[in-house]
Amino acid sequence: MAYKIKESTCVGCSACHDQCPNHAIVEKNFVLSIDPTKCTECIGFFSEPQCVAICPIPRTIHINPDVPRFQMAV
Amino acid sequence: MESGEQKTIALLRVMQPAGQENGGKGCGSKGSKGKSSCGSSAGQGDLSPEIWEKVKNHPCYSEEAHHHYARMHVAVAPACNIQCNYCNRKYDCSNESRPGVVSERLTPEQAAKKVLAVASTIPQMTVLGIAGPGDPLANPEKTFRTFELVAKTAPDIKLCLSTNGLMLPDYVDRIAAMNIDHVTITINMIDPKVGAKIYPWVFYNHNRYTGVEAAQILSERQLLGLEMLTTRGILCKVNSVMIPGINDHHLVAVNKAVKSRGAFLHNIMPLISAPEHGTFFGLNGQPGPTAQELKLLQDSCEGEMNMMRHCRQCRADAVGLLGEDRSAEFSTEKVMAMEVDYDLASRQAYQEKVEVKRQAVVAARNVELATLAGERSDISILIAVATKGGGRINEHFGHAKEFQIYEVSTAGSKFVGHRRVDLYCEGGYAEEDSLETVVRAINDCHAVFVARIGGCPCEGLKAAGIEPVDRFALEYIEQSAIAYFREYLERVRSGEVEHQQRGDADIRQGALIA
Ligand code: SF4
Ligand code: SF4
Ligand code: SF4
Repeated sequence: MAYKIKESTCVGCSACHDQCPNHAIVEKNFVLSIDPTKCTECIGFFSEPQCVAICPIPRTIHINPDVPRFQMAV
Repeated sequence: MESGEQKTIALLRVMQPAGQENGGKGCGSKGSKGKSSCGSSAGQGDLSPEIWEKVKNHPCYSEEAHHHYARMHVAVAPACNIQCNYCNRKYDCSNESRPGVVSERLTPEQAAKKVLAVASTIPQMTVLGIAGPGDPLANPEKTFRTFELVAKTAPDIKLCLSTNGLMLPDYVDRIAAMNIDHVTITINMIDPKVGAKIYPWVFYNHNRYTGVEAAQILSERQLLGLEMLTTRGILCKVNSVMIPGINDHHLVAVNKAVKSRGAFLHNIMPLISAPEHGTFFGLNGQPGPTAQELKLLQDSCEGEMNMMRHCRQCRADAVGLLGEDRSAEFSTEKVMAMEVDYDLASRQAYQEKVEVKRQAVVAARNVELATLAGERSDISILIAVATKGGGRINEHFGHAKEFQIYEVSTAGSKFVGHRRVDLYCEGGYAEEDSLETVVRAINDCHAVFVARIGGCPCEGLKAAGIEPVDRFALEYIEQSAIAYFREYLERVRSGEVEHQQRGDADIRQGALIA
């Protein structure tokens, strides 16, 4: 239920970090990662995942294949 | 380590002379009413008295001042909110004087300490800029926090910021409250159709916009932000990257639009694009302009407003004297370990001495200029100068990483730009004949002034039709340029030389590192 940052292409600009409505993106020594337990894919906030929309490097933030997609609680 | 003399010419992140005389042939002939003297600093031209008062001695905008004062940038703003086709976020952006995201990055606290450390070591450091690595206003908290910290300890340092303008309207109040001295906005178009070829997307209001729509939003926000700042009396400079075939002709319209909104200076810079920079333009073979194309465009805008010709497009986090890089002395690790004692009084005393030196340069030039009075000739020539700063011809030909270009006519001398000749480029060291590189870079000049030159390059330059001149070694640049020009006119008159137009010159690619 989350997005994931591909470390090999991320340039560490932190643009995604400042946009996340869930504070799901953590920065440690200029390495950024998304906490899958906090990321809601921006569902409930915005029409586009904000981190993907601002990331300057194509295909760097992608769906995390290891966790199921986010579902809004009913 | 540096000698005192070298220190006086310390230029950190050099902003060179401002665009001089506004309009027409320029100085001298018209008499310099109310100007410190023409050609030496941005002419008052159509600037309002208030703006003129602010810029005439400004280290970034006055030519005499630029030789003696320095500025630095700190890389505290890594995020950006738009994409430009001339930018690769990973590496240093030569077009926006921005270090790469992967270069050293600082927290606001580290940055403030670095500024104080540099300012204590180099008293000429008087301006602090934030320009990246991304867009300062896409990182507002980091940017304003840095300014706040510096303003508290070092109230004499002027603050400036450079932005793509997208978020500018939202921060105008904060910029005014922080007493920010001047703002630079990069505006490459006012027509969204042109913009669509420069900007693939912008991130605004929680959406990624593309195409004409993206460019439209960006353009509206840029012009609104510019207007809001100038209404509040904040100095605004506009930078434009000249992209042949995309916005070159259009920049004349941009010039009018920004002037009418109160920008006091417009700086047109050549696109820097080589495939190894990995930018969209670089990878797609989009060429940059030649020196003549750039000068033509700058000349055609000059009647409209003050143009700035000095932008070096060097890396925004370099620290050093002109022609060298001292950033190693101010690495984060070293700065954090330093005991910084910020001594305002001794800085001011030092700067007063610099003022005296500055006045001497101007005075010498004016005396020489008087000897041209009454001369009539349509001839104008370009002279390349090897200098380490201080307004003097004090660099060895073979050591010069760049040449400053002065245009001289009976109207006087004026700085019109600089040409890089360093072999550095982002792909590594270019393996070509360095003399050939220099000749290509200054091929439009009649002469090159140097402190010293070896016999071999001397012959090569002569063969290329450029006269190497070392008899003005260590003299003031403009004084010497005028003297040379007077002699040149005499030689033409006596038939000793035949005046000929020179060809075009290359603009060297790649970021300037030092
Ligand atoms: S998709 Fe939205 S919630 Fe998830 S990390 Fe990105 S910005 Fe945060
Ligand atoms: S926006 Fe993209 S490149 Fe920048 S830190 Fe986030 S994932 Fe990395
Ligand atoms: S605004 Fe600056 S950092 Fe952002 S994409 Fe353009 S050149 Fe790069």
